[in-house]
Amino acid sequence: MGRKLDPTKEKRGPGRKARKQRGAETELARFLPAAGDENSKRLSSRARKRAAKRRLGSVEASKTNESLGTKPSPGKLPKEAVQTPGKKGTQALFNAARDKKHPVPAHSSDEEEDSEDDGTVEQRDLWGSEDSDADMVDDYGVDSDSEEADGEELLPIERAAQKQKAWEAAAGAQWSEEETDEEDEEGMSPESGPTKDEAEGGLQINVDEEEFVLPPAGELDLDAQAPDLQRVHKRIQDIVGVLRDFGAQREEGRSRPEYLGRLQKDLATYYSYGDFLLGKLVELFPAPELIEFLEANEVPRPITLRTNTLKTRRRDLAQALINRGVNLDPLGKWSKTGLVVYDSSVPIGATPEYLAGHYMLQGASSMLPVMALAPQEHEWILDMCCAPGGKTSYIAQLMKNTGVILANDANAERLKSVVGNLHRLGVTNAIISHYDGRQFPKVVGGFDRVLLDAPCSGTGIISKDPAVKTNKDEKDVLRCAHLQKELLLSAIDSVNATSKTGGYLVYCTCSVMVEENEWVVDYALKKRSVRLVPTGLDFGQEGFTRFRERRFHPTLRSTRRFYPHTHNMDGFFIAKFKKFSNSIPQAGTGNSATGTSTDLDSPDLKGQIPPKSENSSQPAKKAKVATEAKQPLQKRQRSNKASFQKLNGVSKGAESELCTVPSITKVQASSRLQGSSKLPGKADVTREPKMTGKLKKLRFSKKAASPRQSALFKGRDTGTPAVQPLSETQATPRLKDRGQTLGKAKGAGKAKQQFPEEPGKKAKFQDSGTPEGPQVPTQVPTVTPRRSGRPPPAKRRKGASQQLF
Amino acid sequence: MCPLTEEETRVMFEKITKYIWENLQLLVDRPIGTYYFRLHNDRVCYVSEKMLKLAANISGDKLVSLGTCFGKFTKTHKFRLHIMALDHLAPYVKYKVWIKPGAEQSFPYGNHVLKSGLGRITENTSQYQGVVVYSMADIPLGFGVAVKSTQDCRKVDPMAIVVIHQAGFGEYIRHEETLT
Repeated sequence: MGRKLDPTKEKRGPGRKARKQRGAETELARFLPAAGDENSKRLSSRARKRAAKRRLGSVEASKTNESLGTKPSPGKLPKEAVQTPGKKGTQALFNAARDKKHPVPAHSSDEEEDSEDDGTVEQRDLWGSEDSDADMVDDYGVDSDSEEADGEELLPIERAAQKQKAWEAAAGAQWSEEETDEEDEEGMSPESGPTKDEAEGGLQINVDEEEFVLPPAGELDLDAQAPDLQRVHKRIQDIVGVLRDFGAQREEGRSRPEYLGRLQKDLATYYSYGDFLLGKLVELFPAPELIEFLEANEVPRPITLRTNTLKTRRRDLAQALINRGVNLDPLGKWSKTGLVVYDSSVPIGATPEYLAGHYMLQGASSMLPVMALAPQEHEWILDMCCAPGGKTSYIAQLMKNTGVILANDANAERLKSVVGNLHRLGVTNAIISHYDGRQFPKVVGGFDRVLLDAPCSGTGIISKDPAVKTNKDEKDVLRCAHLQKELLLSAIDSVNATSKTGGYLVYCTCSVMVEENEWVVDYALKKRSVRLVPTGLDFGQEGFTRFRERRFHPTLRSTRRFYPHTHNMDGFFIAKFKKFSNSIPQAGTGNSATGTSTDLDSPDLKGQIPPKSENSSQPAKKAKVATEAKQPLQKRQRSNKASFQKLNGVSKGAESELCTVPSITKVQASSRLQGSSKLPGKADVTREPKMTGKLKKLRFSKKAASPRQSALFKGRDTGTPAVQPLSETQATPRLKDRGQTLGKAKGAGKAKQQFPEEPGKKAKFQDSGTPEGPQVPTQVPTVTPRRSGRPPPAKRRKGASQQLF
Repeated sequence: MCPLTEEETRVMFEKITKYIWENLQLLVDRPIGTYYFRLHNDRVCYVSEKMLKLAANISGDKLVSLGTCFGKFTKTHKFRLHIMALDHLAPYVKYKVWIKPGAEQSFPYGNHVLKSGLGRITENTSQYQGVVVYSMADIPLGFGVAVKSTQDCRKVDPMAIVVIHQAGFGEYIRHEETLT
């Protein structure tokens, strides 16, 4: 019931309603932007005449203004709320327009206009340029019309804006007016004003400032004491505007870093961020996107819930909740169980359906890792950091309560919520344990799939926990990263690569920092026999393969990043690994050969390098392996067999590099690295025993490519002959020395080789006494180019890394 | 984690039998596999065989919960049934009570069911019979003990208690601390 609301429809005619009742339409019309556009509305005759007069009047006004010079326009209504004498004309108008918030002055102005025909000249004078409708004769003496007319006329602000435009056009050169005192710290350059003005005339909103001038560094202190947030906000927008078109809009003599520095400080002030975190964010996002990100962090994400399909269906649950008065919708195409709650008249965490375990309150981004993990029925799954149990229960419902889930968390209090949630949701196949995740393969290993939702710095969930803005600093992030690396390695070791249906690991964090995401993943790729596979999520941003001075593995493109401002869910990072071998490569020196992140790698690597001089270049090999996706696997397997035979054949030799070669091949295949030696794993790569002492030159130590070796691996030995002989002579004595160890190691290695073939669930592989033979770094032709391909780009292309502008 | 002793098994089954009567065997021999009861820190856990294998590797002090926790033994060795057993027992329980939406709000808080909140009750419910409390939408809410038989329920005045609250799903929130 009730009349339809049609704000554009005019009430016309002599009827009672047309005159008396303003009604909702006109009330609304006052606030609708379209209402002010004269041209779009059908105006009454009076209004048309008035409009004509106004147009006429504004032209006159501009002329009068010109003649008046910079004298404040007489357009200062006494009834106007804000009149600041001494302000320049446009400023006054702008202020007036800006500060007018309610229609009361509008009313008054209207009445004035209408009543001017009654002969109130003084008001007209006051209006001055604003309203030189002195000759208006359209007053038919009906005051009630004024109310109606209000809706048809321009709002005062629009009048002001029109006047502004006219004035500007007429008095372009008079734009010497500086920007508002808010921005004006020191002298402005008036000349640049008009140019800027004209340049973005179309976008001109802040009519009163023609150019943003960067305050000098000294001005920062002013803000520190009592920051005027409005001012800061304005400055932020200005800087972003300038940076968008830096060449044209920059101020002379000010460099880009100055603008950026200022922007960073302003953002930190305005959004209350600590400097460290904001610096990190500035590195991640370009400025406009950064502002979106920061804005998104001020607003909470929508509440989402996940239907527990063990007990109900989404449709039924939605119906039941709607009956209780909850306003909800399905979450999106990508989720079959998610619902997003817009508002609710009952507490969503205490409905009988919640207590009966029909749904779980869970963030949308938390559903993604489990979807990526894709657990199958009757599998053994490990959830390493499970609290509060949302992901664990999702896994259980996907598995339909079959199989076994080991839900682990290091925090005892949070485990209580895990127990509660799992029981409430009717999960029967879960075992809940309280271990430190790093103990894992030791306690029990050999899982089909592992989910690691690592503890992180929480920079993706700032909207939930604003304390993160200020209490995170470099130490925290690095500590988190270190912990995450350890956890990830333990998780990888707990996966059984030979599992029939599994062998997958999903690593996820609720952070957007590269140190905790891509870096950790890259580290794992180097240290373990894993590779990245597509997550199966078709939306989300790809992870970085390079970031500033770092270079990551190219397969990092298959990881996914989510941001609050793009996907309206918490910031998240998801990576899915497939483990292809149960053997653990020895940690070591190879990392230096892999180049890019050498100096950036965790210090423990470097620490290992000196002591374990014999460390194989296993990591290097692994890196290579990883780089070549599936191909190496096959090749390695082939070469494995070949090498195994060779091993058998030459093991008696025990001292030549040949002996070491097969052992390495074995290792490549999937056993412990016993000695170092050439690695015939890849047809295009020949490895040679490396000088133990020369760790730093791993890359170039394709030494000791003995003729025997080359004979063995004909066609593959493309190494640097120059280096070889030298190192060979050096290598052989060493190798001879190690003959014993090698022999032993090989023996052990052989035994070990059986290990991977076991389909055993126990995926624990103890380190077999570190047989340290000379390491085999990669060969020049294929490896080094690849390797060397990685660092040089970092050096060469400084500007090619992720940049803001 | 160890199997239940004879005595403990007897006590527990007695309690459960109050609810599910003769269907007890169905609990143990399920079509999916054999399920066992294990005692862990005074709590009785209902686990499948597969889970036992994996759980054997976990040391006792680190194990928090295993499968479904049915209830716990008090210090005087009486068995107290927990709400977490609801999902397993509810299908087998013969005697049910449905309560009205108004009472549905108060039952989770630990309140007993009054006659005014009683919607339906199974026929032939004897006095002090263990029942499962359902909402009108057939959602199980918890366990209770009927203090009046069905016939008596008809006669009694609206303010009288008809079902005593034994365990309700409100405990997931109210007693989260004591669940483990």
